[in-house]
Amino acid sequence: MSTPVSTQVIAGPATPAPLLGWAVADTWVVARRHLLRLVRRPDELLGTLLIPVMAVLMFGFVFGDALGSSMAAPGEEYREFLLPGVFTLTMAFGIGTTTIAVAGDVRGGVLDRMRSLPMSPVAFLAGRALADVITAVAELALLISLGLLFGWQWHSGLGAVLAAVCLLLGLRLAFSWIGIVLGLLVSSAEAAMKYFALAFPLAMVADTVVPTSLMPGWLSVPAAWNPLSATVIASRDLFGNPAGPATSWVADHALLMAVAWPVAIAAACLPLALGRLRRLAR
Amino acid sequence: MSPHSREPAVLVEGLVKSYPGRGTVLDGLDLSVAAGTVHGLLGPNGAGKTTAVRILSTLLRFDAGRARVAGHDVARNPAGVRERIGVAGQYAAVDEILSGRQNLELFGRLHHLRLRHARRRAGELLERFDLVAAADRPVRHYSGGMRRRLDLAISLIRSPQVLFLDEPSTGLDPRSRNEVWEAVRELAGAGTTVLLTTQYLEEADRLCSRISLIDGGRLVAEGSPADLKSRVDGSLDDAFLLLTSAGAHDGRAA
Repeated sequence: MSTPVSTQVIAGPATPAPLLGWAVADTWVVARRHLLRLVRRPDELLGTLLIPVMAVLMFGFVFGDALGSSMAAPGEEYREFLLPGVFTLTMAFGIGTTTIAVAGDVRGGVLDRMRSLPMSPVAFLAGRALADVITAVAELALLISLGLLFGWQWHSGLGAVLAAVCLLLGLRLAFSWIGIVLGLLVSSAEAAMKYFALAFPLAMVADTVVPTSLMPGWLSVPAAWNPLSATVIASRDLFGNPAGPATSWVADHALLMAVAWPVAIAAACLPLALGRLRRLAR
Repeated sequence: MSPHSREPAVLVEGLVKSYPGRGTVLDGLDLSVAAGTVHGLLGPNGAGKTTAVRILSTLLRFDAGRARVAGHDVARNPAGVRERIGVAGQYAAVDEILSGRQNLELFGRLHHLRLRHARRRAGELLERFDLVAAADRPVRHYSGGMRRRLDLAISLIRSPQVLFLDEPSTGLDPRSRNEVWEAVRELAGAGTTVLLTTQYLEEADRLCSRISLIDGGRLVAEGSPADLKSRVDGSLDDAFLLLTSAGAHDGRAA
């Protein structure tokens, strides 16, 4: 409390700029906040990656030969099949990180502080989604390197590989928006953690670790229509990795659905999240 | 800027707010805060202090009445209000993982300061609030007093015309409390209007030039601390106990 600072230096209205311009600038500032948090706590990222690493070890090596034999492919080929599935479920599990972080900001009062600022309220949401996608780039880079160590490889051109990565990032974006809506709905970050187990059927009842053709008939329908299935089937195709037989309409149109699902999910979640933000003022 | 320079910094008329299930929280509150003063909103728990401050800082809508802050209508022009206010909460809403400096820069940028400007402002405020040594440490390692000072510093980034402080010294030790009081006095000296809510009579007595005593969502008495004391011919404690239901019903909401 030593040297008094003039309080009138920067009073007055902010530099006028188009609203959309501020929304974009604010989104980047909010995203940068989340990335700075990650730099301060890199162990968070490692924690997120434990699930996929364990999945590769458990499914790939413990169950690999058994699952592979029923697929008429030996263990090594099963791991080629498995890795795109693990990439995909890592993107989906990101929903937990997003929900917990958003719920923390709502409860902790950071959101209230932001709502009292002249910033764009959309930026609070979009910034989180952008940070999630940027983080997912790092996660995928690490997982792909790890996969290469485990003997996984792609059998296609760089363009196809990049397209597969884009599909995976699209799925992460979609699940980020679901996480944002859930984070605005749950009462606390602790409550969100209690429901995290629900992410498992979401991740497993899909073409991720076992092809849907091997599931009982009643399960194969929801599995095929799980948004994860479209992404994993399309990315296997783009990586040139072995896939199960296409037994559903979704599997036949995997690329289309891998684009359509994230677009539809994000389009549904954006108005829900904005509505929820408005309700906070009631 | 305000079109009428004589207009109070905060003007509230007949403010009503009710929640479904919780009933009426504000029941026609009136309030007028002269520019450049420290004004206390005093009342028992559940009197509606925090609700009033949340409405005035555009975080909450209201059902009826009128509210103007820094010359702008809270309901019609919340954006205009947001550009002219600072808000510091009972629970310091700062990012616990980022450092004090990173928090100041973050909120500076969200106030639409240019990067260079936000950095310079962060440096100034860290110095002013004695946080230079801890500037680059994560906030979760700060003491309660340091956290509150950072909270206050963040609320001052854009030199607000009106500063809302919701229970500024709750949970602070006497030394930290004195530091916060000193900062509030300095701000008022430099022309900032401060509206603070408090349950501490000593805080209201030593800091505020005027006090609005509210209870049940209404104004029950208003005046300088001396006025209120003379009205009950006793201390501010007596005024609080005689004029609010907390006294009448022996601390109903305590």
